[in-house]
Amino acid sequence: MSGLRVHQAGPSCTVQDLGRPGYLDRGLSQGGAADRLALAEGAALLGQDAGLAALEIAGFGGVFEAECDMRIALTGAPMAAEIDGTRVAWNASHALYAGQRLGLGAVRAGSYGYLHLGGGIDAPQVLGARAVHLAAGLGQAVAAGDLLPVGRDRGGETGLHIEVEDRFAGGTLRVVEGFQTPLFSPEVRARFAATGFTRGARANRMGAAVECPGEGFAAEEQLGILSEIIVPGDIQMTGDGRPFVLLPECQTTGGYPRIGTVIPCDLPRVAQAPAGAPLRFAFVSREEALAAEARHAAHLAGLRRAPRPLVRHPGDIPDLLGYQLISGAISAHHDHHDDHGDNA
Amino acid sequence: MTANDQQFRPGFPALRPVGLAGVLVSFSDRLEETANRAALAFRAAVEAERRDGVAETATSLASVFLRFDPDAISYDEMTDWLQGLLAERDWYAAALPEGRRLIRVPTVYGTDLAPQLEEAAAAAGMSVDDAIADLGASRVRVLTIGFAPGQPYLGRLSAQWDLPRQTALTARVPVGALVLAVRQFTLFTAPSPTGWRHVGQTAFHCFRPGAASPFALAPGDEMVFEPVSKPAFLRIADKATDGAGGAVIEEIAE
Repeated sequence: MSGLRVHQAGPSCTVQDLGRPGYLDRGLSQGGAADRLALAEGAALLGQDAGLAALEIAGFGGVFEAECDMRIALTGAPMAAEIDGTRVAWNASHALYAGQRLGLGAVRAGSYGYLHLGGGIDAPQVLGARAVHLAAGLGQAVAAGDLLPVGRDRGGETGLHIEVEDRFAGGTLRVVEGFQTPLFSPEVRARFAATGFTRGARANRMGAAVECPGEGFAAEEQLGILSEIIVPGDIQMTGDGRPFVLLPECQTTGGYPRIGTVIPCDLPRVAQAPAGAPLRFAFVSREEALAAEARHAAHLAGLRRAPRPLVRHPGDIPDLLGYQLISGAISAHHDHHDDHGDNA
Repeated sequence: MTANDQQFRPGFPALRPVGLAGVLVSFSDRLEETANRAALAFRAAVEAERRDGVAETATSLASVFLRFDPDAISYDEMTDWLQGLLAERDWYAAALPEGRRLIRVPTVYGTDLAPQLEEAAAAAGMSVDDAIADLGASRVRVLTIGFAPGQPYLGRLSAQWDLPRQTALTARVPVGALVLAVRQFTLFTAPSPTGWRHVGQTAFHCFRPGAASPFALAPGDEMVFEPVSKPAFLRIADKATDGAGGAVIEEIAE
């Protein structure tokens, strides 16, 4: 078995894929990548399935060494990245040859960066997925000395770049009403929708606190509510009426009332908002939300054709002759032959 | 459903949205035996239909949750279908689902392993011996699984055990802790803080990652936490490496 050796890792780097749907009745939330869009972008860069596992990096990366030739891609929250000391582009794919070291620094925006391997990280599957679920005790964060086994890569280009939607600085989150929304008075709901929040200090894969000065947002019957099903995106009001947006690794049931649910395509924006980032909540109708989801699905479907050759300044390239300058030509060729599908 | 039932549950059963891809079918807004039975039976009926577009279902204390694919079926189509199913019978009178099991778990009550038994017994107005006898003979049902993987909410205990949660949290109870509040037990999957009182300790693991059947319990299963002495418990805990904690399992004949 070969792969990527971890020489040094930030405190919360975990292998993630799309998680384990279907175990809600057993108390296990789906989990999986906090920013699913970043998974899809990495898969597009490497021309592979978005269900393959990648390394999710919260806040700070580490030092990794290839034990075999491999392709990698870097997506999500941008970080300082270098290969053998040479800076490399984010939202891009690169070749990493056996013995080369990849260094990933602190996030420059956002919260979660992703390191993808061509062929995916071939960690053992538990209950049908490779995603580490820290809250459930399934797997653990990677540590120095670990080997991230690389799956079989069907190969393909590197040196590609993808334009991404900026979701790393907060913004407006679209919210649909749910079964507990009526527990909040119209006045409280209106004030909630009119309030400018910031992401609080407490946040992890289970959820993110959002804060604002002044009064909280209490339900009319905050206590004595039956514990009920929770879904990611739910905005629950804790005992003091402070909102907490739940993320993929949330508990499956809870007794705190929820004022609404952030729609799935806006969840990467919640997960990626760094502490202090401004956030607002806008109630939208089911129809508006479904239309937004449909646009997001179309965007995901188009990602496979989005990568373009990296444009480099020759001065940034230490060994110009070492680069495969032909890769751009191959990419242009592909642009005219999209109908042939998977041509990686 | 009779008109009489309707009077007792105005507004129920209720169909309401959960996010963009969920429907909640609620049979009550409080914990009651008939609503829990209704939820278990209704979920079984929903599962039996294998309707296209339904991704998964789960029960909570008095509700059934259905996650669906909005690209395959709309919320209105979901609720129309569910209304039809609800009208088919009086779900509150439903029998419990089939295939349930009775699980007897050796449990040490009190001692340093479960230090809040005395306090709980006093709050319930019972002697410690009577408390052990009552709790140890209570046959409770898995009302729902939730919070953490495989973790059951079990009820209902007799009325004396309608104890409120503690105002201050216990910082940490271990795996297998049997804790009590509001006429229910829960049995902790993982070490956790809790507002419930720690009255018993088992060596039973509700979640066994890597095992052929990683989830030890299902809603509707019944459990008895049979009293054993501390030395007997320690021997069982020492021997049981499969996570079962010496539990004896039998099918419940319907």
